[in-house]
Order: sequence, then structure tokens, then C-alpha cells
Amino acid sequence: MDSPAVEIVDLVKRYGGATAVDGLTLRADRGAVTAVLGPNGAGKTSTIEICEGFRTADSGTVRVLGLDPRTPALRPRVGVMLQAGGVPPAMRCAEWLQLSARFHARPLPPRALLERLGLAEHARTPFRRLSGGQQQRLSLAAAVVGRPELVFLDEPTAGLDPQARHACWDLVGELRAAGVSVVLTTHHMDEAERLSDHVVIIDKGRVVAEGSPATLTGAERQLRFRARPGLALEELLNALPTGSAAKESPTGHYIIEGQVGPELLATVTAWCAAEGVTTDDLSIERRTLEDVFLELTGRELR
Amino acid sequence: MTAHDTAPGLDFTPAPGAAPFWRMVAAQAAAELRAMLRNGEQLLLTLIIPVLLLTGFSLAPLIDVGGGRRVDFLVPGVLALAVMSTAFTGQAIATGFERRYGVLKRLGATPLSRSGLMLAKTSAVVGVEIIQAAVIVAVGLALGWRPHGSFLGAALLILLGTAAFSGLGLLMAGTLRAEATLAGANLVYLVLLGAGGVLFPLTKFPDGLRSALELLPISALTGGLRAVLTQGAALPLVPLSVLAAWAVLSLALVSRTFRWE
Repeated sequence: MDSPAVEIVDLVKRYGGATAVDGLTLRADRGAVTAVLGPNGAGKTSTIEICEGFRTADSGTVRVLGLDPRTPALRPRVGVMLQAGGVPPAMRCAEWLQLSARFHARPLPPRALLERLGLAEHARTPFRRLSGGQQQRLSLAAAVVGRPELVFLDEPTAGLDPQARHACWDLVGELRAAGVSVVLTTHHMDEAERLSDHVVIIDKGRVVAEGSPATLTGAERQLRFRARPGLALEELLNALPTGSAAKESPTGHYIIEGQVGPELLATVTAWCAAEGVTTDDLSIERRTLEDVFLELTGRELR
Repeated sequence: MTAHDTAPGLDFTPAPGAAPFWRMVAAQAAAELRAMLRNGEQLLLTLIIPVLLLTGFSLAPLIDVGGGRRVDFLVPGVLALAVMSTAFTGQAIATGFERRYGVLKRLGATPLSRSGLMLAKTSAVVGVEIIQAAVIVAVGLALGWRPHGSFLGAALLILLGTAAFSGLGLLMAGTLRAEATLAGANLVYLVLLGAGGVLFPLTKFPDGLRSALELLPISALTGGLRAVLTQGAALPLVPLSVLAAWAVLSLALVSRTFRWE
């Protein structure tokens, strides 16, 4: 366990005039699940594909298991799941997994893996006739069949139904428990929060924040409630201890931050009662990764 | 993270390692061969059309083969056509779409090296050619074909022809869009079928055009196979050299221009 699973320093990748990755530095530890989180076009796939050896960096250094990502010796040690495709459309489900297994010295039994991912009954179905979720699961199976030390999963749960998402999450959990390093990209906050030991948030090709889900979301808690839009929050703030913050976002949804405890709760409900305001869904919650993410990357659509 | 209920036989503990090179190549070649034999359009191109042309033109006096028996003229031409259809047209189209669907990219992330993949593709092409040759020879014999010449000479011509046509097919597949490869490979197939001495002897063309056409890989292959199988020549050096030149030139270009994505 000498070198990290992935170590990237000052990575730059340009396509023509556009800079996709702009001085990105990150480290993924061995045996851990690292989530690379970012909006569309943040540079996630470019970064991952450089680690997978598909693309070359314009500058900066990238080391995968301590080696140059294009080293042939890495191929059996690293499992790869592309964002989409990669399988001949006419190839049958079980054939593709068996073929992938045949490239490895000590593969997992393809049958059992198909069963584990709920694909056994589709063993003879051509790839193009599988649903999107089934195609994703087959690609996931092919990424792990060779018993790799490290797996790269590029948006592994994109387009999956809830059951399939949970099956994928369980599998990532099992990989981690078995000591496999996992690097995945996602734009599902709950996925990153739930699965990963380490989250790297990237935007416009740079790391904007990183840490464990707990450090990123902070110890701070929030009081949330719904009520009629347009409450006079300045008045409410006057009633609260200094250092508290209140906002309405989106309309009709209120978030109070500060020393969130029974006292603050009592103050807020008392103020609402005095104003004749009915509150719904009143709750005290930790900040979610989604909050952090939106704060860092902004709300505008792109 | 919930389930640690590992199903029996699923131990994810890392145990990486590549399979032996030959096992990887054999597995990939078998997969490619299966894909080619399962694909209806490919079978039409590689088996049905050649057999129909051989049977139809042998039985019906539609073409003037310039003396001699029609079947003796046609079997070598149709063998050459079969090689072109598999090594060039079929391989170009299949590889073009594999590139488009990210299959070549995905295979690049497996322990199978690119040279291993190319070896597997060549083995699958040769496998299909063996089936084609067996069928065409059987149909030819049934139609009264009387072969002459050396098996080795014919095999050498077919091997060099395969290399030349594979090079040309991969050159298209590795540089053009999949749709352009599909259209282009079919067009080239038709043009070479008409102008390469497969069914119509090159002696029917005007002299100047004819010497140019003789430099085509398909004409070299049909001419060479006819020299060996019909006239009993040992090693037709001119066709062999033409095919070798096409093979070297096209494969060198492929290694410089082929794009895997």
C-alpha cells in the first residue's frame, strides 16, 4: 500500500481552445471510495479517462497505482466502466462477461456475477435489447470480473431505476469491504454522500472542495420549514441570537442556520405563532452535500 | 453501505492478472468469428452472393469467359471475391461500427493488447475464409470444376490477398465515420466486383485501362488464382508482388492513421 490509488498533480487538458481540466490536483487513497462530483462539463470524464489511459494530459502528472496511466501492466489491475457503450450491440450479455473474464488470470465466475447483478435471466439477450439499466449493470460486471485492485466507474448509476441503483451501491460497498479502491464520478449528491470516504467537488476543471462527506457538510445543523411565501425574515432574525442566518430558498421553503437547538426551535415556533403563520415539515437537519455543492458551483443551469 | 452478504463464489478481494496471451487472442477470435457467422448481412455478402454468382454464371451462358469452361474460370474469381468480401468489406464495416460503439476503446482497457486484438481479428477473418473456400470448392466441384496447380500457391495468394484487403478495410474503418465506411466499403466492393476480373475477364477492357486495372488487388488475386488453379502455374510472381505491395502500403498507413475512438 505504498503509492495512492490515484495521484493527480496540476493536470491540464485542453480540447482545441476549450480547457476541460485546468490545474486539477487530487488524491484517491487505496482501499477507499473516492467520489468525483461536479456539474456537467466540469471535467470529470476527461480526468477519469486520462487515469484510464484513454487520453493524454497536456501537462501535469498523473499516477495510477504509482504508474503512468498508459502502462500496459496496469490493464489487468484496473477495472473500467465507461459512461456508455463499449459493447458490440449484437453480443449477448453472458458472452460479453465471459469474454471479459477470459482476459484475466483469476476472474470471478461470470455466472455468479450475472446472478448477483440480476442479469442471469438476460444471459442470452443481445446487448442492444437490454434496458439502459441492464446495460449499465453489465458494464459494471465487466469492470469487476477480473478482480482488479482499482475500479473507475464513470457515472455508474446514470439512468438506473432505484432498485438497480441500490444494487450498484451495495456492490461498491462490497468492493470496498474487500479492499478494492474505487474512483467514481457522479452528479448524484446522495450517491457521493452515501458511498464515499472522500468527496472531491470539481467545477470548471478545478477542485473547489474536498474532504469526507461529514467534513464537507460540516457539523452545523439547519432548521427547515415550509410556510407561506414572503415571511418578514428580518423581524425573525431580530428575535434570534446574533450569528443566526435565515433565508427563503426556494420560495416558501425557509432555512435557519446558527446555533440550532431547542431554544432556537422554540423562538422560531413562537414567532410564527405570533405572526399567525402555519409551518409545515419543520425539521432539524444537517446540511446536505447538495447544499454544499450548490453553494460552490452556483445554481445557474449550464 | 449495506449488504456484505457476498453471494457464494464472489470474492472481490483483488487478485489481478492477465490471462496468457494466446488465451486472450483465442477468446477474442472466437467472439469475432461468432459475431461474423451470426450476422445475416455479413453472411449474405461472404457466402450467399459468391455462391449464387458461381452457380448462376456457371450454369447460364451470360458471360463470355474468353474460351475454356465457365466453371474453371469462375471458381478462382469467386474465391477472390470471397476473400475481398470478408477481409475488406465485412471487416471494414464491422470494425468501423466497433469503433463508433466504443468497443475498440473498451477493449483497450482490457489486458488484450492492440496487437493481440489485430491478431484475433485476422484469425477470425481466416476462419471465415476457410469456411467460404470449403463451400465454394464444394459447389465448384459439384458444377464440374477441375482444379489444377498447387494448393500452397493458392494459399499463399489468399494469405497475401487477405493482408492487402485487411489493410485497406482497416484503413477505412480507422479513419472514416462508421456510416461512410459502410457506404464506401460496399461501393468499392461493387466496383471491384465489376472491374477486377471476378466475373468478366480483364481482356474485355481496352489495353490502357486493362494495365491499370491489373494493378488492383482484386485483379492480382483473381489473376493469380486463375494462373495457379486453371493454368497450373507454380508461383505467379507478378500477382504476388502486387498483393505484397498493397499489403505493405496499406498496413503501414493503417498503423499511422488508425484512430481507436
